[in-house]
Amino acid sequence: MSSTEQPTEQLYAAREPIFPKRVSGKFRSLKWGLMIFTLGIYYLTPWIRWDRGPAMPDQAVLVDLANRRFFMFWIEIWPHEFYFVAGLLIMAGLGLFLFTSALGRVWCGYACPQTVWTDLFILVERWIEGDRNKRIRLWKQDWSVKKVRLRLTKYIVWALIALATGGAWVFYFTDAPTLLVDLFTLNAHPISYTTIFVMAAVTMLFGGFAREQICIYMCPWPRIQAAMMDEDTLTVAYRDWRGEPRGKHRKKEGADQLGDCIDCNACVNVCPMGIDIRDGQQLACITCALCIDACDDIMAKVGKPRGLIDYMALTDEPRERAGETPKSIWKHIFRLRTIMYTTLWSLVGIGLVVALFMRSDIDLTVRPERNPVYVVLSDGSIRNTYEIRLRNKHGDDRPFRISVVGDPTLRLEVEGSPYPTVTVPADSMKIQRVYVIAPRGSDPAQLERTQMRIWVEDNSNGDRAFEDTVFNGKAQ
Amino acid sequence: MSQTDKNKPGEVETTGHSWDGIEEYNNPLPRWWLYSFYACILYAIVYTIAYPAWPLLKEATPGVLGFSTRANVAAEIEKFDSMNAPVESKLVAADLTAIAADPELSNYTNNAGSAVFQTWCAQCHGSGASGFASLGYPNLLDDDWLWGGTIEDIHLTISHGIRNEEDADARYSEMPAFGRDEILSDEEIGQTVQYVMKLSGQDHDMAAATAGETLFLDNCSSCHMEDGTGDIYQGAPNLTDAVWLYGGDAETLTETIAQSRYGVMPSWKGRLSEADIRAVAAYVHQLGGGE
Repeated sequence: MSSTEQPTEQLYAAREPIFPKRVSGKFRSLKWGLMIFTLGIYYLTPWIRWDRGPAMPDQAVLVDLANRRFFMFWIEIWPHEFYFVAGLLIMAGLGLFLFTSALGRVWCGYACPQTVWTDLFILVERWIEGDRNKRIRLWKQDWSVKKVRLRLTKYIVWALIALATGGAWVFYFTDAPTLLVDLFTLNAHPISYTTIFVMAAVTMLFGGFAREQICIYMCPWPRIQAAMMDEDTLTVAYRDWRGEPRGKHRKKEGADQLGDCIDCNACVNVCPMGIDIRDGQQLACITCALCIDACDDIMAKVGKPRGLIDYMALTDEPRERAGETPKSIWKHIFRLRTIMYTTLWSLVGIGLVVALFMRSDIDLTVRPERNPVYVVLSDGSIRNTYEIRLRNKHGDDRPFRISVVGDPTLRLEVEGSPYPTVTVPADSMKIQRVYVIAPRGSDPAQLERTQMRIWVEDNSNGDRAFEDTVFNGKAQ
Repeated sequence: MSQTDKNKPGEVETTGHSWDGIEEYNNPLPRWWLYSFYACILYAIVYTIAYPAWPLLKEATPGVLGFSTRANVAAEIEKFDSMNAPVESKLVAADLTAIAADPELSNYTNNAGSAVFQTWCAQCHGSGASGFASLGYPNLLDDDWLWGGTIEDIHLTISHGIRNEEDADARYSEMPAFGRDEILSDEEIGQTVQYVMKLSGQDHDMAAATAGETLFLDNCSSCHMEDGTGDIYQGAPNLTDAVWLYGGDAETLTETIAQSRYGVMPSWKGRLSEADIRAVAAYVHQLGGGE
């Protein structure tokens, strides 16, 4: 027994820390813009007000879980209309397909919350600890007062951002101004604090520490996207036929044999994923395009044309090698596949919009009582019972008149009321039992089943809805 | 089978097990796994001390925290009872006829009354309250009531029952067994049956019914009234309508007149709280037959 002997191969690879260098250029500017835009949407949306009348919430976007309502500007969705959410998810899925087949992992590189928040966290890191070289030095340093101070400052700022992120999340679920006051006066529901804490912890962990590991090891999308991309997809790549053989020493003999790449590692240094794009397309690349900015900057300095690293498609490579002009960007983007995705996406979208405008703001379901199927009354007539669910999606109470259409002998009565009228309170659902009575000897009383239609009409504006159901008679 | 190989330097030790030449490395467990395992053991020990765990002869060790699912249920029931207490006291104080118009009370009585009904009443009257005609359990959905269908009548019936000898306030209706007690002959019973069928608008034998009319006026009209419309104060059913408790055909009517009927309903006062009785009365009243 010699337990000291270790296996020769380590199965665990420790994470190599990544210190992305600051970069500027058109893609970096685009990404800053998108960051402000997406974070702006996230933080500000709950604060937009929208007047829906006194009985309804005035928050533009509100997921009211307690009352099972979803408000989005002028749209109000009830739980039974959840298919709208399903439709939106299908559109989001098709949208991802479309963008991936046209522009590769453009979602990953520009809009994914993981990328946006990591970008923000790296920005803070750079403000506090300095750019790449300073950060590497600090990382290698032994612990000192300065290091502790810098690290603490960074963690505190990160934690504040994380708290604001978790904090903004809960505002989507209840009235934001009220909740903000409650949060600071410690009157909010414990679930708010728990949610904020969990969301903040996850933001801190994902944006501050896990970063690229989320994309590489946790996220399923990088695996799926391979199936979405083809040889016409524009993606970030290195023109190796122009760059190779790479070499640093331009003054040396034989330098005229070298390609354009001066092996300055600028593209590697700025990469938030810690990869070398010159190795070719790889799983870890989120196509954030920062290496394009970095390389363009260097190429300008050494007096070479830009675009050694650039957005390009696989089919361009042989053409470019042969010295031909590649296909235009628009030809890459508009091709059968992307047009089909766009069509599908639009069809679902049009379907949803049509469904949105066609849905009635009265909703009615009729449940015939089956226990018992009918009751014989003392005058020999046959009575069926129906449970009517009436949904009033208006902001005010509505009086509904209920009637039955079918055999003329049928008569409708409302339980507990001498009039066939039911008032449904604003933005709510009411269950009302109604009776349909067929006199003795009439057709519906004697037939086993008679088709009929229950109508509901808003007395105030004439809006109406119906549902077909069946009258069960006393089969002879 | 089991043997320990001497390893060459750098080689991993095996467990010494070899099956068909396949050997198993004897690598140490991953630390995180091992410590999680120890943590689980520790947790198990703490758990068995804190919570009911080890089965003994009669019951399990109770655990120092005094946790009991039974006590939790009791506490939960008590919690809901105390939550319902205000509406129940309001219900007991309310006028019976005012329940339906009060949304809070009617909401409570519809739900609580339904629960009471399904627990205590459905055995005879059926889960849909439509009764069992052949067994003489009345249908509570129709508009025909032996003892009246106002909410006060229903409340009184539920409170004291019908023909319930244990409750002095229970109401009785005693129809004589005209055949068994030899008050009427078989032929006279047959004639009375034909008259009753005429009253309710069914096909009948004209001659027998005419003879039965006199018999009816002599023997039945004191309770069922001269026109056969019955009397809810005596619990005498209306014989002219389409609703029959036991059945309106000649055979069943003959049985009823000859042998009489003697359905019994227990009294619920004392077994159910006044709030529950009121809740179930209001529930039954709004099922479709309430007057």
